[in-house]
Amino acid sequence: MNLPANKKKISIVCFSGDFDKMVAAFTIASGAAATNREVTLFFTFWGLNALKKNKGRAATGNSFMAKAFNFLMGGLNNLPLSRLNFFGASPKLMTMMMKKHNVATLPELVEAAHALGVRIVACEMAMRILEVEQSDMIEEVEDVVGVATFLNDSEDAHIIFI
Amino acid sequence: MKHFLDITRETCPMTFVKVKLKLARMEKGEHLEVLLNPGEPLENVPRSCEEQGFKVLSNEPTDDNKHLLLIEK
Repeated sequence: MNLPANKKKISIVCFSGDFDKMVAAFTIASGAAATNREVTLFFTFWGLNALKKNKGRAATGNSFMAKAFNFLMGGLNNLPLSRLNFFGASPKLMTMMMKKHNVATLPELVEAAHALGVRIVACEMAMRILEVEQSDMIEEVEDVVGVATFLNDSEDAHIIFI
Repeated sequence: MKHFLDITRETCPMTFVKVKLKLARMEKGEHLEVLLNPGEPLENVPRSCEEQGFKVLSNEPTDDNKHLLLIEK
């Protein structure tokens, strides 16, 4: 994609794998991309769960610990609400409320971000700890990068940490 | 060719997103008519379209307190 040199840039660090925080991240990302900003989402630690190809629970990884962590955390469909999660019932109730009020759901926001060309990168270090490979993640993950690459790419961008 | 998009039932950020994606699928020179609500969409959709180099040809209120925007890609 050819971008004008003066295009505003936003980079969002998606650290939290919480449902509501991921809704916020994808809302800002798709809104920013739709209003002509260049957007990068950098997923690290719990945020990586939102990128897993398998959106449910899967024992990803090689070691027992990694498999246990990945299974317990699950994917996009298992993200917990940061408050009042009620054993996973709340994100489903929240999604029903979002639909009722014509607010885009998390899968719709993710789809919009992809359609708008939001750049998605994953943290190399967190992937190594959790034994998650790029092949375990959705195809929209453009690259696996370290913090130096992320900071270089974001030098003239607003950085938001969620 | 004139296209039409009703975003009166949409909320942020899908108001901008739907307009942006619709314009992306159109040919240069084609027109898009957007029906939108006053407030946030009316303040920001025309502005973001102009920032992206699209022409806002008209912006008229409708009888039912909505607005009709005509954009040229």
